[in-house]
Parts: sequence; structure tokens; C-alpha cells
Amino acid sequence: MQIKEFLKQITEASGVSGYEAPVRELVRAEFAAYADEVRTDTMGSLIALKKGNRPTGTPRRSIMLAGHMDEIGLVVTKLEKGYLRFSTVGGFDLRVLLGQEVVVHGRRDLPGIIGTRPPHVLSPEEREQVVPLDRLFIDVGLTEAELGANVRVGDIVTLRREFTELAGGLVAGKAFDDRAAVACIDLCLQYLAGLKHTWDVYAVATVQEEVGVKGALTSTFGINPDAGVALDVGHGNMLGVPEVDTVNVGGGPAIGFGPNIHPVLYEQLTAAAAKYEIAQQMDPIPGPSGTDAWAMQVVREGIPTALISIPLRYMHTTVETLSLKDLERIGRLLALFIAGLTEESARELGLPPAARDK
Amino acid sequence: MLLKELSEAVGVSGGEGAVRQLVLDAIKANIDEHRVDALGNLITLKKGRGGQKRKVMVAAHMDEIGLMIVRIEKEGSLRFRPVGGIDDRVLLAKKVLIGDKKVPGVIGSKPVHLLDPRQRQQVVKVEDMSIDIGASSQEEAGKLVKVGDYASFDVPYRDLGGELRAVTGKAFDDRAGCAVLIELLKGSYPFDLYAVFTTQEEVGLRGARVAAYSVAPDAAFVLEGTICDDMPKQKDVSPTTVVGQGPAITLMDRSVISDQRLVDLLVRTAEANKIPYQFKQPGIGATDAGAIHLSREGVPSVVVAVPSRYIHSPVCLLSLNDLENTVQLMQRSLAGLDKVDLSR
Repeated sequence: MQIKEFLKQITEASGVSGYEAPVRELVRAEFAAYADEVRTDTMGSLIALKKGNRPTGTPRRSIMLAGHMDEIGLVVTKLEKGYLRFSTVGGFDLRVLLGQEVVVHGRRDLPGIIGTRPPHVLSPEEREQVVPLDRLFIDVGLTEAELGANVRVGDIVTLRREFTELAGGLVAGKAFDDRAAVACIDLCLQYLAGLKHTWDVYAVATVQEEVGVKGALTSTFGINPDAGVALDVGHGNMLGVPEVDTVNVGGGPAIGFGPNIHPVLYEQLTAAAAKYEIAQQMDPIPGPSGTDAWAMQVVREGIPTALISIPLRYMHTTVETLSLKDLERIGRLLALFIAGLTEESARELGLPPAARDK
Repeated sequence: MLLKELSEAVGVSGGEGAVRQLVLDAIKANIDEHRVDALGNLITLKKGRGGQKRKVMVAAHMDEIGLMIVRIEKEGSLRFRPVGGIDDRVLLAKKVLIGDKKVPGVIGSKPVHLLDPRQRQQVVKVEDMSIDIGASSQEEAGKLVKVGDYASFDVPYRDLGGELRAVTGKAFDDRAGCAVLIELLKGSYPFDLYAVFTTQEEVGLRGARVAAYSVAPDAAFVLEGTICDDMPKQKDVSPTTVVGQGPAITLMDRSVISDQRLVDLLVRTAEANKIPYQFKQPGIGATDAGAIHLSREGVPSVVVAVPSRYIHSPVCLLSLNDLENTVQLMQRSLAGLDKVDLSR
């Protein structure tokens, strides 16, 4: 599928942390077109395997690509006088919730809005205050009795936003964090269909990243790859944010460097980008990266891990904005990098000897 | 009713042309005369059929609150100011349409990750916001929009269904009034009815002022989509769980999202055996399940609890009924566990 189409499809779908099934089925259908095997692991991460093409007797090596398919969302905590109280799933900015459309996944999907008291009735002090969570409500326009019959405590709520194309090849929408990475991985699989590669490729759409990088931890354990590349989003340049905290939207993949990153894998990735003349940006990450890479690195005896970030503005809002060109570059870089992996690459990474295909 | 079309049309105060055209097309067959005055009001007359001399004006305003572009920054983003009374707090992370060409844009918001705790509690002022249309320079942006362009929220009309037949959309203030007035014009009246679709209500009731002057009605009715503040106000006082209402099933807490198949098993079992149960309020607390469900490749997990008051204090309180019901629920659920498919 065209990357823009796929991104639209998966980002308009629902998949709040722990409740990723709707988006997972879309990813499964797409990955299945390019992979040899597709399975879902215990936690719900989707794992597609594209086997390497190697002569008999070649050591069996594998690389894992991970992008998380869960999104931040809300959960109903109480039904009150025909309204819904809610809590958050994942890290939210309460400042962006007022007047936001949502879908409540009750007995059926119910469109709703996060209501806001009209400015007319507010005191000047109230207008200067961010509305706290315990004073926010979702309104689905049903009577108290109907609400009780259709919604229960624990029902999941997805924020709603249609995919929008802006000028300059930019697009805006919800859940680009991190389904844009899933789209990059898909594009990598598409490119690999036309390339030769000896390493097995595990394309993984992980779950529960937004509530503590959980799916990456268990899926990496199950796959036990020789190396892993996590894909996530990084703060893009925007007005009001110091340049030092951001990477450039449209400036190409931001390749992470720091304690979370294996220095040799970093060198290999940046060398591939240079070789194929793909624009890249250095992304220094001095501590916890807050991504799947953080979990991936410490699985079993440790996994050489790299992190590629997609420059993205307005993270954790329904108008996350990124450049399609960056996605294309990342998909291409991953494919060309993987096609260039050899047993020499494994040696450089200090990997122990691998089993051989019989 | 034309509410959907009216709601989705753009007509920020001073730029009501598109709404006016929509209204006129809808009412043309039902009026005798119409004109557009100097402020853009659509003043229509439906002549009376009963010989009453009285002139009755019924007004609804066409304009809506919105934004105006006031500057294009060097890097291509747009500065704006509100047109009409808008709570700054509703603007962040919303999609807008700019100008006659309806160029899409988004009101950006500094990511929560980069805010210090104090900033998270601070309302961002409209002066500090900007619209991103994807342009990377002043010149590129200038090809799509210009200073002075109006912008409106981009929100589709939706039907929520149900007994209330609720709908959602933008600008119900006052397209709801416009829709009512359009419907009213389908009837006939014994007096001359001046149906007036006014402008610039949101910036100071300016259209209605001059329209009323020129119509000089004997009576006037104003149709509005107005304030409703009937949301509950008190703070959330959810008890998390309630003593005596049965075992509490955790759907989600700070450490785990319970496996839905196991939750379903517990609920099915409780209902089949008439064992009372309750859901613990999501998002609070943490248990061992947080560690267990992440062991190795992951373990489907769920939490069932006996509600207990005053935990973490020297003395607690619980109901033996809850305790016994928890036992019952667990026993019977475990007996039915074999019928639950835990594969993926």
C-alpha cells in the first residue's frame, strides 16, 4: 500500500495502549503482503518475519525493527448524571483536551466531545487555569439511562482527528506517535522485496509503549534478535521551542546516539545513510530515550540497539505534524542498511557465533 | 433541516458571505423580497396573508467566532488573533481552515514532554500560539494565505443518535438559530414577517443594530444557540471501590492493563452465578500483576480484589461477604478457565 494511504488508515484507527486490536488487524493485513510469517505474541505485539536469503551453511542472523502501534487515550472512570468522567492512558497534556472530539468505545462506538464550560460563565481567574482532570467530562449526548446501557467503567476512549494533508509534503493527525514508525517499517519491507538480504528481518509493531515500553520488552525476548532498531518520533522544530531540543522536520532521519545506543550499530547506520546519500541528523540522547529502544537494549543478555527518530511537531496532540519525505527516507535507509548486513557486520558488533542453517 | 450544511459553512464575523448564500438559496422560494444591506445583513420579507399591519422581525445571526491571521512569520507559521470571544484554552491542538481557499492548518502546541510542571498548569495565551500550514518560509506561506484571512475551526457535523437525538458540530451559535428561522419561513403568517439573518453579532451585535433600524419592526424575536452549563461541577469523588458490592476486578491500574479475556471470564462467571462484582476505578494503584505480566514473553494477567477501607493504615475494614464472594468468583472462574482461548 502507498505509505500515505497506509498512514491515514492506521492513524485514523483506534488502538489505545492495551487495546490495540483494531489497529493490529490493519497492520497484520499490510505486513502479511511482504512477510513470510506473521504472528501475535502474548502481549499483543504483531511480529512479521521476512526471511533472509542465504546460502546453506551461512550463520543465521536476525535484526528486529520495532515501532509501537499503541496510542495515548482515555478510559472511563465513572458515569455521572449523563456524563462520563475519565482518566488518561499514557502521558497527556491537559491543556489540549478542551473542545476535543472523541470516540467512546462502549457497547457500540459513541461519538462524543470533551465539554468545556462556556467562557461567558467563567470568572477571570478560572480562565487563567488549566482545567484539571477531575473537572473534565465527556458528553456523548445520551440520557442517563441510555448511557448506563451503553457505557461502563473501563471503556476506552480514543481521541478523534481525521488525517490532514498540509502544504510542503507535511501531514497532520493523531497517533503519528508512533504509527508513522509502523509505516516506515512497512516501507522498509516493501523496499526489501526488491533487494537481497541475508539477515532475517523481524518487523514488529509493539504494544503498550505509552504506558512503560512494555511490548518491546517481551517481543524482543521472544525474538532474541542479534540487533535491534527502534523507531520512534522526536520533537520537531517549532516556534517557541529552543533549537537545541529539536530536530528538523524534513531534515531526514534523526539517528540517536548515547547510552541507549550501541556505538557500532550507530556507526553502521550513519555510514549507510552517507553511502546512499540519504539526509540524516545526529540526535544526541544523554539519558533514557523513552522509547522501545530503552527496553530492547536490556533484554536477555543485552541486545545491540539503535534508535531512529522521525522529526514530529506537537507530540501527544491530535495534530502531530511530520514530513512524508522523512518517512520515505527512513524506510529506504532501513532497507539499504539491512541489505548491507553481513557476517562482518556481526563481528563488528561483537556478536557471539550464530547457529547455521542446515 | 439544514443544520449540517449551516454548521459546516464558514462565516466568521465580517466574512459571512458563504453562509448568506447558503441561507438565501434555502429560503428563496419562501420569501417575497430580500436585500443585503451595507453590513451584509440578509433582510427578507415574507408578506402577511391576514391583513395585519404589524411588522415582525425574527433574527438569527450568521456569523461565528473564529480567528484572523495577523502576521506570517519568517519560518512560515501564522500568528493569529481571535475574532469574537474565544477561551484561549480551547485553541491548542485544533485543526483550522484558512481563507476562501480553506487552506488546512493546525494550531501547534509545545509538547508536554518539554514543559516544566509549572508550564503544564499555565494557560497559553493566544499571542503565543501559531498556526502551522506546512509552509517552511514566509514566501511559501504567502502563496496560500494572506494577512487578514479569516480562519475557522474544522469540525464535521455528527449525529450521536439516542433518545436526545444529540448532534455535534461547530458554530451552533448561531447556525441553530438560522436553521430554525429557515424552517419558520416555510409557514405562512398573518403579519409581514421580516426574517433577518444578521452579521457581526459576535463582535458587538453590529449587524442587528442597523437591520433593526431599517426594518423598524413592531416586534422582534431573536433565535439563538445559547449557553448551557449543565455539566456536573463537583470534583470526582469516586470511591475507587465500595465495601459490600463484591469482588473488585481491575481493568487497568498504574502497573498493568488486565488481559481482557480474563476480565471477560470473571464477568461471565459472576453474572452466570449471580455473584456481585464491581470494577475498580481505572488508573489507581499498582500490584504484583505489574511485574508478572511482563515476565519473559509476557503473561496474561488480571487482578481481583476484596475492597478494604483504610489500607496502609494501622487498622483496615472489609466485608466478609465480599471476601466470600471473591472466593466464589475465583473458584468458579478458575473452573471455567479451560474454555478461555489464551492464544493470539
